[in-house]
Amino acid sequence: MNPAPSVIVFTVLSGMGFGFLALLGVFGATGAAAFFLWGIGYGLAVAGLVASAFHLGNPQRALLAFTQWRTSWLSREAWASVVTLGLFAPQALADWLGFDWGRGFGMAGAVGVALTVFCTSMIYAQIRAVPRWHHWTVPAVFLAYAATGGLVMGGFSPLAVPALCVLGVVMAIHWHYGARAFARAGQTMGTATGLGGIGAVSVFEQPHTGGNYLMREMIYVVGRKHAERVRMIAMVFSVMLPVIALAYVPGLVGVALAVLTHLVGALAQRWLFFAEAEHVVVLYYGQRVA
Amino acid sequence: MTALPRATEKALGLVIDLDTCVGCHACVTACKGWNDQGYGVPLSDQEPYGAHPSGTFLNRVHSYAVQPVDAAAQIVNFPRSCLHCADAPCVTVCPTGASYKRVEDGIVLVNEDACIGCGLCAWACPYGAREMDAAAGVMKKCTLCVDRIYNENLPEEDREPACVRTCPTGARHFGDLGDPESAVSRLVAEREGFALMPDMGTKPVNRYLPPRKKDRMQEASLLAPLLDIQATGFAGWLDRVLGKM
Repeated sequence: MNPAPSVIVFTVLSGMGFGFLALLGVFGATGAAAFFLWGIGYGLAVAGLVASAFHLGNPQRALLAFTQWRTSWLSREAWASVVTLGLFAPQALADWLGFDWGRGFGMAGAVGVALTVFCTSMIYAQIRAVPRWHHWTVPAVFLAYAATGGLVMGGFSPLAVPALCVLGVVMAIHWHYGARAFARAGQTMGTATGLGGIGAVSVFEQPHTGGNYLMREMIYVVGRKHAERVRMIAMVFSVMLPVIALAYVPGLVGVALAVLTHLVGALAQRWLFFAEAEHVVVLYYGQRVA
Repeated sequence: MTALPRATEKALGLVIDLDTCVGCHACVTACKGWNDQGYGVPLSDQEPYGAHPSGTFLNRVHSYAVQPVDAAAQIVNFPRSCLHCADAPCVTVCPTGASYKRVEDGIVLVNEDACIGCGLCAWACPYGAREMDAAAGVMKKCTLCVDRIYNENLPEEDREPACVRTCPTGARHFGDLGDPESAVSRLVAEREGFALMPDMGTKPVNRYLPPRKKDRMQEASLLAPLLDIQATGFAGWLDRVLGKM
């Protein structure tokens, strides 16, 4: 699949921002720092959501995306994100101005974060035509990234380091299942054309000599060429370097280093998530890469 | 709502005969021609006369070589377009309600005024039936020529999809596949028509008819009788003399 920068930025930034908001919602902050920290959380989450509008053909009608929550995960995500941002607002206000409103809104918002990130992941995981995405490890990876992203930003090592390790394991499992996902889906040029019963099917002539939307959007092969290297980058930057930074570099510098390296790793993982995924329509063009 | 109807009154669709299709691409051209001026925005082209021409099409004709184990290879031309699935995943993923399946005839359509161009429906379709128009930013797909088949301004014989009307070999058939007594349903039963990638759970309406079984390959050369020379008269005498020399 084509790794559109707007979608990568959207899923990474909003995931991290929502994760951080959840952390703030549960544990809170006080005074001027609260204003600043809630501001960062909101900034990231909203920037991500705004980025997602950039890949739309007609963004002026984006509000219609709230209408189909009964069937569409994209619509559910729109609702979940807006409701969650709304739930956090009174908590942020209370933290900043020192009102004693308890942590009810923050806790509810944290649940909203889990739902929002789950909805985001289901936009991809629901798609059967992309076997690598159609798997429970996709929501697991998205949720793990949001949780660790928030904890790393919070710089709370006793929770962040174990969370990073869990993320590493979840990511490894996701890649393990992903490697054979296309083969497991069982679709071949034979089933795609229905001609497999007669004999071995191969392309004699392509239907068009130029490119088209399908080839640009769904038959993207660069990712698979460099997959192993990008996997290594994702694992080292998302997990290992932040663990080292949090464990051995003291103070804010350590947290800043951890956040930056984690962000780079998350972008690499998300780029690969799109670039590496194969759509079954590729079978009509015969360009199946195992 | 982008919820799928539980059942449709009709299941209009195409039956494509892979035995008869000669791969002339007339259906591609007819489709592009009709849908350039009918339902929704026109099908745009980018750089049509430039170095990298590209454009939106609702129908594409592939050509495959099929190699049986113990027979000669066959060339099969393979038109690919929307299958108007009963369980269309492109419809349910749509966040705006632009994609829908009609209760009255089962046609899957896009309301372009509500399409935000997110492309999720094209991702959800296993068959590559949907293409985003690069100029208008909305999703285009086969409408089964909904603006022809019910159009009383057209002569009766033209009230079928443009691809079907134009096919010079009669390889494309249009009708109600939900009615077991319809001509298309009987054709499918008779010729063992099949669905594409049934395991994807989309329940396609369109059917493809397989190439008919080929005769056995001729073992001896067609020229063999001509090579067995039985000359008579002067030519015969010359043949015998020359043979003895």
